[in-house]
Amino acid sequence: MAGRRIVPIGPYHPLQEEPEFFKLVVEGEKVVDIEIHIGYNHRGHEFISPELTYDQVPFLVERICGICSNSHPMAAVMAVEDICNLEIPERAKYLRTIVHELERIHSHLLWVGLAGHFIGYNTVWMWAWKYREHVLEVFEMLVGNRNHYAMNKPGGVRHDLRPEMVKPIRDAMDLVEKKVWMLTKAVLDDPVILSRLEGVGILTRAQALAYSTTGPTSRGSGVPWDVRRDEPHAAYGLVDWNVICFPEGDVLAKTKVRMLEMIESVKIIRQCLDRIPEGPIEARIEEVPPGEGCGRTEAPRGEVFHYMRSDGTNRPLRHKVRAPSYMNIASNKVACVGGTIADAALTLAAVDPCYCCTERMAAFEDGRLKYTWNELLKLSWQKTERVRARMGR
Amino acid sequence: MSGFWQGAWTGWRLAFSLLVFPGFLFSVVIGFVLSWVDRVVTARVQYRKGPPFVQPFADLFKLLLKQTIVPEGASRLVFLLAPMLGMISMTITAVLLFNVNLNPQGSFVGDLIVLVYLFALPPLGLIIGASASRNPLSAVGASREMTLYFGYELPFLLALVVPIIKTAQVSGGIWTIRLGHIVMAQQQAGPFLYSVSGVIAAVLVLLAVQAKLGLVPFDQAEAEQEIMTGVYAEYSGVALAMFKITRAMMLFLLPLFLITVLWGGFGDWWAILKFLAIVVLVILIRNTNPRLRIDHALRFFWLLLGGFGILAVILAYARL
Repeated sequence: MAGRRIVPIGPYHPLQEEPEFFKLVVEGEKVVDIEIHIGYNHRGHEFISPELTYDQVPFLVERICGICSNSHPMAAVMAVEDICNLEIPERAKYLRTIVHELERIHSHLLWVGLAGHFIGYNTVWMWAWKYREHVLEVFEMLVGNRNHYAMNKPGGVRHDLRPEMVKPIRDAMDLVEKKVWMLTKAVLDDPVILSRLEGVGILTRAQALAYSTTGPTSRGSGVPWDVRRDEPHAAYGLVDWNVICFPEGDVLAKTKVRMLEMIESVKIIRQCLDRIPEGPIEARIEEVPPGEGCGRTEAPRGEVFHYMRSDGTNRPLRHKVRAPSYMNIASNKVACVGGTIADAALTLAAVDPCYCCTERMAAFEDGRLKYTWNELLKLSWQKTERVRARMGR
Repeated sequence: MSGFWQGAWTGWRLAFSLLVFPGFLFSVVIGFVLSWVDRVVTARVQYRKGPPFVQPFADLFKLLLKQTIVPEGASRLVFLLAPMLGMISMTITAVLLFNVNLNPQGSFVGDLIVLVYLFALPPLGLIIGASASRNPLSAVGASREMTLYFGYELPFLLALVVPIIKTAQVSGGIWTIRLGHIVMAQQQAGPFLYSVSGVIAAVLVLLAVQAKLGLVPFDQAEAEQEIMTGVYAEYSGVALAMFKITRAMMLFLLPLFLITVLWGGFGDWWAILKFLAIVVLVILIRNTNPRLRIDHALRFFWLLLGGFGILAVILAYARL
């Protein structure tokens, strides 16, 4: 057997194109250990947020992630509403739910495509992203953007659902449902795909609990947690849907969770379109009283948590964000070890990691802060100087 | 004096057949045209448009103009010679295959075993080059390529026993491995493909071709998603272009080889359609499968296809 070698994935992932670094310690093809390094990108959202007004914060947190660009602002405005102790109008609740579920569908389809790409099945990749396009078109019609929807504001939503939009959304949902079933059957019927997914990267129930995983990662390991059900917000308590959960913990289980969740999302959207009442879409907030509040919502990747503290001014005093991938990426430590390199590449992707959500905090190494704010500034200046010197300016 | 001119003429013809037709230049051009077909068919399967016709050639010229970087600590000579191994062997293969098909009665020495060895050289070059480049990812790729090679060679060789047995049956018990005889026997008794053992052998060769070409589901050695193109990781410029050229020539020559030994040779114009059918089949297999894990691939080739190979040999022996 060959000696131990290190196979690096990163610091810039060749496929996910995001900054992260997995050091796979391998013996031949077998992965015996893994080192996870994150924290290559400091974005300072929590630093910027207290400098903005409550109306501006949603636009900032929306840019935390281009995929979950509804989850973050939704959780942030829920935190503000929590401070104000405000109940938003019924119609706004339904509208938030519709956009949130559309986001889940497009995010899961994106993941299915990426997973196909990761096992070398580029046809699945292209097909899944083609069907995702229909969802993005619905977004464009509904809010004017394919991504970064700018739907949420403290007290309600920004865009109303016009009657002529209902039919195109229903049509898109019919199409998406059909195609998702097709993809699901294709995955479950193909023995070659099953041989790549089944029993790969197993995360047991106990490990999922120990690593505090969230979202489809935990639901694929038999932990049926879903913020939408456990703490009903928006219209989730008013419609009928199921939490999808599989006990196996392998990549196949996570795939099935995501596939069937898309079907549930279609179900939720249809019910919302049926039941949405007439009325105002926002409640006015006169002022935000001193206090603290938090907003939780189930992003496609798991629980998004926003905490805000107010001192009575028009800006938050403190704004804390916890993204789901931050919890899920760590679980790779147990899920990857014991498999082959081929499995590891897939397992690392199976938690649907979102580094731009995660990479907002300071980097720690050996329990110490790697860079302070001033050091980061200094590094940045030094680099600017170097570039200037090289360009002769 | 005439002896001199005759010698010069022979030398000129040899050089022409090696370098222009049907050797290097011809097979490279056809190979890159086929790689364009591959890209367009793949694109259409995936709801894309695909590149313009000149794209593969443009890619090649761009690569030829790029700097070739030899990684620090790599064995320079081995690193740069490895890509040539496959290219030279494929050039010789092109000449052999065409001579056999155009002139099967000729006294030209071109037997099956020579071709099997020539087709073994490109993966060997890849393994040598990757091992010389001192990159952990390339090392993983090289070990995968080696595993894969040992995997597909078993069903490949078993499948090639079928035409030998059939040739012996047609020509009255004379055992031969001369390609010319195999082609002539097929012209006499019809292609070997049109029988149970022939079909099994063709499927086995087709899957081995897929693996030799390094296409999905057997592209573990370069698996860009896992080991970042593995064996090619350190190659750049002209050296990488040579690997690409070898790959393009193989895309042309391997289907041709399949037609030669099992589907009646390249005697008539129908052969072009047969050829395109095989190429499109290869492309479709590539686009409707995920990559196998290397241990699964080995098991697939040895246990499943090896079994079918033995079955094909028995059936061929029973004249089925």
